[in-house]
Amino acid sequence: MNDFLQFLGEPIAQRSLWACAVIGFSNGFVSALVVLRRSSLQIGTISCALLPGIALAILLFGFMQWSILIGAVIAGLMVGLGSLFISRTGKADHDTALSILHTTAFALGYIILIRLGLQQKVDDWLFGNIMSMSNTDLRVAWATGAVAVLSITILYRPLLIYLFDPRAATAMGIPTRAFSYGIFTLIILVLVSSLQAVGAFLTLGLMVAPAATMRLLSDRASHMFWGGGLIGCGGSVLAFFLSYPLGWHPGATIIVVLGCIFLLAWLFSPKCGLLCHRR
Amino acid sequence: MVTEHDHICWGGGHHHSGAHTLAVRHLTAAYGSNKVLCDISFSASCGNTLALIGPNGAGKSTLLNLLAGLLQPLSGDMSWSGTPLHANRHETAFMPQRTEVDWRFPITVRELVEMGRYPAVGIWRKLRPHDIEIVDKALDALNLIDLQHRQIGALSGGQQQRAFLARALAQEAHILLLDEPFTGLDVPGTESLAELLRSLAAEGRLIIASHHDLSTADKIFDRALLLNRQLIAAGPTADVLTEQNLYTAFGKRNIVTTP
Repeated sequence: MNDFLQFLGEPIAQRSLWACAVIGFSNGFVSALVVLRRSSLQIGTISCALLPGIALAILLFGFMQWSILIGAVIAGLMVGLGSLFISRTGKADHDTALSILHTTAFALGYIILIRLGLQQKVDDWLFGNIMSMSNTDLRVAWATGAVAVLSITILYRPLLIYLFDPRAATAMGIPTRAFSYGIFTLIILVLVSSLQAVGAFLTLGLMVAPAATMRLLSDRASHMFWGGGLIGCGGSVLAFFLSYPLGWHPGATIIVVLGCIFLLAWLFSPKCGLLCHRR
Repeated sequence: MVTEHDHICWGGGHHHSGAHTLAVRHLTAAYGSNKVLCDISFSASCGNTLALIGPNGAGKSTLLNLLAGLLQPLSGDMSWSGTPLHANRHETAFMPQRTEVDWRFPITVRELVEMGRYPAVGIWRKLRPHDIEIVDKALDALNLIDLQHRQIGALSGGQQQRAFLARALAQEAHILLLDEPFTGLDVPGTESLAELLRSLAAEGRLIIASHHDLSTADKIFDRALLLNRQLIAAGPTADVLTEQNLYTAFGKRNIVTTP
């Protein structure tokens, strides 16, 4: 226990704790978009597809936050829009095209990272390493979270119409195409900022579980954004405190904790919990 | 308080002849190089219920999408009482097919109806007392006051359709566009929705719906538009659905489809 308190006194621990809270909150907040759009699997494939963009950015420009971000956005766009293009112009459907493109991109990214001599770091990209967050990383996470919360709050009303009924939204004059690109970009921004904490594989959990849990507890859309943020934040902080004494990998612990919270809500939710209905 | 938006005559019984007319002239639409609608011209005035009838792939949904502004025409124009149809976005309301709606979406009936106020209220402003009053009126008109705080998935099929119609009323739309609203309804459900649409039309709205069931069309709609990529006939339903016209639209088989 003393060990742990001593560890908490160190700047690296405080930085990681803040990172857990901020990344957990912004992911949880944005997860409402993913859940309300029912696009979790697409986001999962895109998070893996970010890898070659990141690897290429490191290859071309070195280890810089902004180049990594731009590389990730470009890779995500290429896979996301490329799969749409392939499915519209050929006989493969969208899921098929997306599966092939994202595994290809992922494999390519893996090869580049190995060729760059970053094989010790590959684990960090796949599963995250929250202890390696620098102050700059933390500031980027703060900024991303702020952008996500602000833009969603400001555009909340048209956004909700778009998410619920995109055709009626277009008929009302809401620029739905701009919205869908905007949401895509926002999700990639948040994905990239959380990559260091939980990695390309696990980030999907952080991007879906919080709002999905909140959906089991509430019938209001606004609760999914703010409640999702709180669950993401609380779950990640809890995981941080669990992982050190247990000696578990912090990123993986975050996902396990959020998964357990979801299962608990599924079992015990007062509105639609499995066990409460039985009684 | 009377504002420029208060132009729907709640309660009905008003005389509307020639008041508002939808005029569609030489409308052509294509997906890629594939022309799905060719040189469609017709007009329809408020107070009517209009069915879009034709075989699968005839362009019924395409025409609805064009009228709703979801698709840009290749050529031609649409006007509403002389002004371009989409100059006033609140004038047309679109109702999706039941199967396209995510009924688990966490909104209540009231929140759904409040969405209709968006074109008038905009992105940031709060709902004014005037808007709240209109939402209340719309809920009341469709008998949804007691259900207003239910999540939309907890309603029956008929109630769900009324909730979407209430959103169109709250939008103060003159033109209601419905995508296959009668699909999957039983006989009493069909009758009550038909009656509802007729009463909404009687209050001065124009109801346009795609419809695939020829056996019920003339009982539900007073006017019809028979399509098969081109316009085959338009006018009062009974005059449009003649054997000769149906033969032109559908070919040999399939003259009478039953549910």
